[in-house]
Amino acid sequence: MLSGFDFSVITASLPFIREGLLFSVKLTVIAMTGGIIFGTLLAMARLANLGPLSLAATWYVNLMRSIPLLMVILWFFLVIPLITGTPIGAENSAIVTFTAFEAAYYSEIMRAGIQSIPKGQVWAGYAIGMNYWQTMGNVVLPQAFRNMLPILLTQTIILFQDTSLVYAIGAKDLLKAAEIAGKNYNRPVEMYVFAAIIYFVICFGLSYIVKRLQQRIAIIR
Amino acid sequence: MAMIEIKSISKWFGQFQALKECTTQVDKGEVVVVCGPSGSGKSTLIKCVNALEPIQQGEIIVDGIRVNDPKTDLPKLRSLVGMVFQHFELFPHMTVLDNVSLGQVKVLGRKPDEAAENSKKLLHRVGLSHHAHKHPGQLSGGQQQRVAIARALAMNPICMLFDEPTSALDPEMINEVLDVMVELAQEGMTMMVVTHEMGFAKKVAHRVIFMDAGAIVEDDKKEEFFGSPRSERAQQFLSKILHH
Ligand SMILES: Nc1ncnc2c1ncn2[C@@H]1O[C@H](COP(=O)(O)OP(=O)(O)O)[C@@H](O)[C@H]1O
Ligand SMILES: [Mg+2]
Repeated sequence: MLSGFDFSVITASLPFIREGLLFSVKLTVIAMTGGIIFGTLLAMARLANLGPLSLAATWYVNLMRSIPLLMVILWFFLVIPLITGTPIGAENSAIVTFTAFEAAYYSEIMRAGIQSIPKGQVWAGYAIGMNYWQTMGNVVLPQAFRNMLPILLTQTIILFQDTSLVYAIGAKDLLKAAEIAGKNYNRPVEMYVFAAIIYFVICFGLSYIVKRLQQRIAIIR
Repeated sequence: MAMIEIKSISKWFGQFQALKECTTQVDKGEVVVVCGPSGSGKSTLIKCVNALEPIQQGEIIVDGIRVNDPKTDLPKLRSLVGMVFQHFELFPHMTVLDNVSLGQVKVLGRKPDEAAENSKKLLHRVGLSHHAHKHPGQLSGGQQQRVAIARALAMNPICMLFDEPTSALDPEMINEVLDVMVELAQEGMTMMVVTHEMGFAKKVAHRVIFMDAGAIVEDDKKEEFFGSPRSERAQQFLSKILHH
């Protein structure tokens, strides 16, 4: 089979694939950053006794974690234009969807991270006169984030793989680019294999970094 | 003049009553030692003073400020009351210098370099000038607790609370911490100290409070307490910790 493998189509379609990959990476980075920020706020809302706000945060997280991602992607794609009044495009829709969806998962990680910080640390922050936000921002969250960094990154690897689902709404990510290139050159096998190799290299590389990080954090403790 | 007034306070954790109508006061410049068996409510009592724990009944007044008034600015109040914990509770992700500077910058609004200058002076005072750049994890327990005292002093507190500051320390490190505390007491700092170090109590305390099962059982001048405590519980407790 490899004898029929045409490497020339890969070089020919490289610029096109590159664009798809860039969008996949951009989507991952934005959804990770936004997801961690929004997720942390959700975690804080759940852990503080804020009544309805805590309840809403809990519901949001549980809802997002109970619906298949593909459905959320399709759903947001249909619903967002109804809210904004104008179509925002598959790429923007994907960015909003992934940020909102990943926030639920990052929120669970940050919640565990916040809970891993001893209560005495919060007391110490309050005792020198810092308020809730100052104590969270300077004492609790930096430590929670550091403790959870390997798990946050592992979630990001999963996120990067999941971004391939946006091909369903026609957003041009790595997978979609490979599919289009495969069709254009009539060489789908080559292009899908190439895309798979790129996913593998990036995810494997990230996993390696996570492993190294875990060892380093273990030493610091 | 009263610095800390504790008026008939009661506190529950769920169904469990941890404090039972405790009443006492600490005057300006006074050093009061609180002792009693484990679980008697000592930590809870002093955490109520700076509202780290809320109370359900009674009233606490610190320097004229009603601690349990919902209108009270708690962060402001807490910045006036220094607190030192049994397990130090330094911030492990920051250097020693930043630990001492944090509150000055965030709460007192000092410029970072101004705060650092002051922190260095305080670290010098507790004998830790050479450790400013280290992280707490690199210090011994005794050194960490002295940093914690410097961190509390950095806020220019009007009184200080200590919760068993030496009971997590190896015996050979207890004195380096007590020495700093004795010095503070001799400079006239108002202090409420939970400790079983009766040597410290005899040296600098003005009064000794003995707690048992959430209640203040004895509240005597030091001389009376060590001379002849009135309650049998306190006598038993004293003989236990003085003869071992
Ligand atoms: N957060 C809490 N929830 C429930 N019970 C508590 C809590 N903190 C303290 N207690 C209980 O209150 C009592 C007094 O505790 P504490 O003030 O820590 O005693 P001490 O400092 O004298 O050893 C103990 O019986 C303890 O189990
Ligand atoms: Mg205690």
